[in-house]
Amino acid sequence: MSIRIAAFLAIVIFASTAGEISITYGMKNVGEPHRLLPREIFEFLKRALRTGWFWLGIPLMTMSFYATLVLLSWAPVSLVVPATALSYAVGALGAKFILKERVSRMRWAGVGLVCLGVMLAWTG
Amino acid sequence: MSANRSVRAKTFSLVVLMVLCSSVGDIFLKLGMRKIGSVNLAPEALVTTFRATVTSGMIWLGILCLLSGFVMYLMVLSWADYSYVMPSTSFGYAVVALLSVLILRENVTLARWAGVLLICFGVTLVGRTEPRTNNRFP
Repeated sequence: MSIRIAAFLAIVIFASTAGEISITYGMKNVGEPHRLLPREIFEFLKRALRTGWFWLGIPLMTMSFYATLVLLSWAPVSLVVPATALSYAVGALGAKFILKERVSRMRWAGVGLVCLGVMLAWTG
Repeated sequence: MSANRSVRAKTFSLVVLMVLCSSVGDIFLKLGMRKIGSVNLAPEALVTTFRATVTSGMIWLGILCLLSGFVMYLMVLSWADYSYVMPSTSFGYAVVALLSVLILRENVTLARWAGVLLICFGVTLVGRTEPRTNNRFP
């Protein structure tokens, strides 16, 4: 694997995870809609669009998206998709250490199976 | 305990709805692009393709589904763990594989079905954990 492919894989994985963690943090601060009715959902969205964390997350996720497109122009899908499946594991680490979620053993096992499943589905 | 159960039911149903919406959105995009045809990268051809996409009902339906899925994603993250929602969304791989065979009549390889099966096992394990483990947020 060339160094530029490895570098772009790292960008895809870390930018998407950072973006999603930033958005999760923002949504936790916004607080959940009390009831899932159209009016409350609309109010929730208005509050969501006003948080800085949301607007930090979107460009990070966009960056990851474009880095994926660049990768796909260099390498086959059967390399790109399985490699980016690592972001499930990186995401769980981020959830544990940054968002302070309790990632139980069962959840780790689930994340591991999902990673393996994505790798199997796109390499085979 | 019953509060926990209702959080679990609410999270579960919204995640399922979100995954279905996004997957159906992807299928609509594929149906729309299939009608438009393979994209030619010559500048004048790109303009024609762009025009074809913004006037295609299928493409707009796809975008609408994907946007609704994203709104549900934001909502569910306002209470549920990221480490619960993020792996659960991979259930979409199974939905897309199924819809590709049923609607798009594409071929799905055995290896891909095996991978999808592993993903489903993984999501089932994640689904059995508490959706919300950090209550320190406001």
